[in-house]
Amino acid sequence: MGIIVILITISLSIALIFLGVFYWNIKSGQYDDTYTPSIRMLFDDKLKHESQNKKGKRDSRQL
Amino acid sequence: MPDLDLQAEERINRSLNIVEEIATEKERAIQTICFHCGQNCEETHWLDEKVFCCYGCKTVYEILNANDLCEYYQLDNHPGISLRNIDDKNFLYLDEEPIRKKLTTFDSEDFAKITFAIPSIHCVSCIWLLENLQKIDHGVLRAEVNFVGKSVAIEFVPDRIKLSKLAGLLSSLGYAPQINLDADGKINRALTNPIVFKLAVAGFCFGNVMLFSFPEYLGLDQTDPFLIRIFSFLNLALAVPVFFYSGFDYLRSAAKSFKQRQINIDVPIAAGLIALFFRSAFDIMTNTGSGYLDSFTGLVFFLLIGRWFQSKTYESLAFDRDFKSYFPLAVQRMVNNEWRSVIIYHLSPGDLIQIRNMEIIPADSTLVDDYAFIDYSFVTGESRPVKPKQGDKIYAGGRLIGQPIQLIIEKSTSQSQLTSLWNNPAFGKANESKYKKIIDQSARAFTWVVLVIAVITAVYWRFTNSSQMWLVLTSVLMVACPCALALAAPFTYGNMMRVFGRNQFYLKNADVIERIAAIDSIVFDKTGTVTHGNKPKVEFCGKLSDEELGVIKLLTGSSTHPLSIMIAQSINKISNEKILEFKEMPNKGIQGIVNGHFIKIGSPEFVDATHLSDSQGSNVFVSIDGEVIGYFHIQTSLRKNIKGMIDRLGKKCDALLSGDTENDASAMKSLFTDHTLLFFNKSPHDKLEYIHNLQQHGKTVLMVGDGLNDSGALKQSDVGIAITDNVGVFTPACDGILNGHKLSSLDKFISLAKSSTVILKSAFVISFLYNAVALGFAVTGNLTPLTAAVLMPLSSISVVGFSSIAVNTVAKHKLK
Repeated sequence: MGIIVILITISLSIALIFLGVFYWNIKSGQYDDTYTPSIRMLFDDKLKHESQNKKGKRDSRQL
Repeated sequence: MPDLDLQAEERINRSLNIVEEIATEKERAIQTICFHCGQNCEETHWLDEKVFCCYGCKTVYEILNANDLCEYYQLDNHPGISLRNIDDKNFLYLDEEPIRKKLTTFDSEDFAKITFAIPSIHCVSCIWLLENLQKIDHGVLRAEVNFVGKSVAIEFVPDRIKLSKLAGLLSSLGYAPQINLDADGKINRALTNPIVFKLAVAGFCFGNVMLFSFPEYLGLDQTDPFLIRIFSFLNLALAVPVFFYSGFDYLRSAAKSFKQRQINIDVPIAAGLIALFFRSAFDIMTNTGSGYLDSFTGLVFFLLIGRWFQSKTYESLAFDRDFKSYFPLAVQRMVNNEWRSVIIYHLSPGDLIQIRNMEIIPADSTLVDDYAFIDYSFVTGESRPVKPKQGDKIYAGGRLIGQPIQLIIEKSTSQSQLTSLWNNPAFGKANESKYKKIIDQSARAFTWVVLVIAVITAVYWRFTNSSQMWLVLTSVLMVACPCALALAAPFTYGNMMRVFGRNQFYLKNADVIERIAAIDSIVFDKTGTVTHGNKPKVEFCGKLSDEELGVIKLLTGSSTHPLSIMIAQSINKISNEKILEFKEMPNKGIQGIVNGHFIKIGSPEFVDATHLSDSQGSNVFVSIDGEVIGYFHIQTSLRKNIKGMIDRLGKKCDALLSGDTENDASAMKSLFTDHTLLFFNKSPHDKLEYIHNLQQHGKTVLMVGDGLNDSGALKQSDVGIAITDNVGVFTPACDGILNGHKLSSLDKFISLAKSSTVILKSAFVISFLYNAVALGFAVTGNLTPLTAAVLMPLSSISVVGFSSIAVNTVAKHKLK
């Protein structure tokens, strides 16, 4: 039976760690804005793409 | 054959022409839409073969183009914000040390961080542009948009770009920051987050308690008593944070109500929680049982879910924070040597403003003139006016008495400050909300009834099935909570108030709706109410020099009477003289000494010109040094569609009380029906008396008038509504401010107010039925505490949802 007590202690402490992490997440404002980051990610991609395209176009013109 | 060729060629040419025509037509249609903001262009500005509706939009395009940021236009169609109706704002005050300190989260010479609230963020392009701000000005290091919160956090170098310039840059792009010095956005976050974490703790403990209760669920009680005991104590340990942290709000609220020797709706919940927790703790400690901690933690968990969901629902329905539901107020501000009216929340420190007789000081400011008389009775209750001297500070909320003064603003105004002034008890009506009283009393009585039922139920179950007693008791306490009852009224009236606000009828508070619904007679004022304040025909009969005209403009510009405003607007000569001994006699006229001449402007009796008279319209006489020079003949037109409104109101239209002469009597007679009594030459006091008299005869009176001259009558009436045309004069005595061109919908507003009481009553019935039915199930032991905890918030939400949907549907139907 001793093993069950140990297992329970381990499972509870892991759960408690996750609870603590959740608290930290809330505190640091990760849940404040769940929309903008998804949009922002797309921007960066597009910007690079665009500038490469432009470069490509200019290059081809020079050629 | 050549003939045929020619014909074919012609045909081809013709069809080509048509195609071309269609193309140009299409182009024209596209071209009239502004490239930046997508609005139709009234005037066109061209740049790079693109059309813009205004100079502002064009400038934004130029800025973006110069910085290679035109991708802005590819992310969304016409993403820009029209700059046509936005006036330049002055952000210089942001550079002042204390204000900067208050706004920035971090501030040093080479690094600062600030979060601006920007209400105009609306699409993907906005995010993109604002986050590329550093490309436009190298002083900006980083900008991060919070789309949901409509704000942008900016890190910048104060040495390279000043805060005022940063705000100006945002403003010039169409993203004017909304700066509120009273409250910062952080408060909101602090309010919502604890409930989320409390919920998390409750959920965590609930799950684990259920896990440790498994042996019990499976009937393994006798296998290993030691393990069962360990599990029980673990459960108890997990329940402690749920009781003292997650469920603490309920306990605190109940304790508070006991301290005030009252009983509120949280008391049954708190009683249920305490009963379950301590009973279980006792069982576990004495080893007599395993308690009901799974029920207890689950109960708190579901209660909190309900509360969280409620708060989310309320947030989306919130009416108090709705910017547009505030009434518009304006004052005269000096812009480029010209007085222009400006909305008060656009005032910033350093602005020079003019306040006229009987107007309220909108913001803390310093006096420019030699002296003034200020009545602070709204603020202090002391009605004797004080006399500040030049350079003295004048506080917001004071009312000017006598000649006009000029002030320099020291602090920005907050609209909330004026709203709170409006709600000052000094302007309150004696009859408190009927429903509020009923709700308060019934909620209290209800709580007692619930407690009694709970005790009886507990005693009954104690003798029939004692193992079920605690659970049944808890369900009864949970399910009977009358929260839905308490929520129905604020939500129904709050929503209705927002609907009114959207239609430019601004109410002082939600109670006014209830009073409007009870109205059975309506009294109108004439000038500025039934007749139009805009574009009157003003003629002067007599002779006046330009200089004299300027002086008359100066004098009439100091008064807020509708006729004075019309005269002042019609004169375009300006006099730089000073007025001495300015006096405004209500319903008579104004007088003052300018450049040594004693000038009187007003009614024939006031100016001693009774022998002169004109048949139609209003006449305002002018005398200089006792000699009558002539009179202004003012022909005002009736407001549009007002006849229909008066017909629809029918017998409710009780009277027209006018302060003017009988010149307009025939026009008024044809406008009003036979039920309506017409009175002329009434002083403000007469009007008040008339309304008082009506009330003595058991009538509930609604008075519609212009705010300042009828303030006594507006206050005396059960509902006083002030009419405004474009410039709102702040009149705390009224209950509502209605935009002039919406007067024709007055009858619709009244019928809407009536519908809202019907909606409210239905909501009461729904919530009462719910409570009664659920209580029946709970008392007979057919409802577990967990189901009760789920049902309770659901009922609140259904009542709130019902009232919101009903109000909006009725409003849409009626205001069409």
